[in-house]
Amino acid sequence: MKHTGIRRTALLLLLTLVVTLLGGCDHDEKLPFRLTDVSGHMPNLDFKLTDDHGKPATAANYRGKVVLLYFGYTHCPDVCPLTMAQLHVVMQRLGPLADGARILFVTVDPARDTPAVMHAYVNAFDPHAVGLTGSAGDIEALSKRYRSAYTREPTASDGGYDVSHSSAIYVFDRQGNARILATPADAQDDLVHDLHLLLDNGTNR
Amino acid sequence: MKPCACLLFAAGLLLAGGARANQAEHVQASHAWLRVLPGDLPAGAYLTLTNNSDQSVALRGATSTAYADVMLHKSSTASGMSSMTAVNSLPVPAHGSAVLAPAGYHLMLMKAAHPVKPGDTVKLILQFTDGSTLATDFMARPANAIDAGR
Repeated sequence: MKHTGIRRTALLLLLTLVVTLLGGCDHDEKLPFRLTDVSGHMPNLDFKLTDDHGKPATAANYRGKVVLLYFGYTHCPDVCPLTMAQLHVVMQRLGPLADGARILFVTVDPARDTPAVMHAYVNAFDPHAVGLTGSAGDIEALSKRYRSAYTREPTASDGGYDVSHSSAIYVFDRQGNARILATPADAQDDLVHDLHLLLDNGTNR
Repeated sequence: MKPCACLLFAAGLLLAGGARANQAEHVQASHAWLRVLPGDLPAGAYLTLTNNSDQSVALRGATSTAYADVMLHKSSTASGMSSMTAVNSLPVPAHGSAVLAPAGYHLMLMKAAHPVKPGDTVKLILQFTDGSTLATDFMARPANAIDAGR
């Protein structure tokens, strides 16, 4: 009888453990996001690029951080800096919580955007911003992964060109799972709200 | 007499040109600022134009000694894609205004003669389609500014 009791307790403990672990691993845990919830509908964060210090960077380097992924290019004088400036304001509004987040600015113009150019660029906006560049193929692979697109059109005689690019901001949780899709038209309050959910949520894991 | 008449004619043209250059007095510029980006990256310049006259005017661009190239551009977002196109002119309706602001109309400043720092003032000569001009001081603001800040 005693034996069975111990076995029963052990089984119960095991069950509790399994349930807890399952709960902890549930990356699609429903959160009341205000922006477009893409949990389970978009691939997790995965890339092999070069950061703005010239070092190899993969998604694994940012596990544990809430990531805001944005595609742009430094020769974009209007929309890209506006988006980066708005994300800087969002980081300021998050206060100390912003340390748990990273803005990954991926160039779609790697020919001109060297790590040095990217370094000066991202640092002009926010200390939580990282510039990523790489081979045209690796950038295209990342862009396609999120069904993001860009085109390049020659304009000026001096070899200048314009780039059209996706305006979306893809947000990933600390485990690298895609969670939210934000656009520049969305209210800043909503992005701050949703980032709070992801950042508050992650601290106890 | 003939060369003299030619000179007079030329002087008259110059005077007329000078008079036309003053015509933009009925247009006022406000909230003029530009976003400074690192290195020699192109910068966006923004302002509000107010037309106090009965005549519609149109901005066609600007010149500056501070930048070799200035272009009037418009950003737009369609089906989730951001793009930028050059535009010939931006109308400022009679007794109305036109706004050049981030994510819309802007002057793209390229090839700075000297590095521009936040806090600097940059003079642009706005050019209108009727030939009139308007010298305007733009406040250079940091990369992460979101507006004129005043």
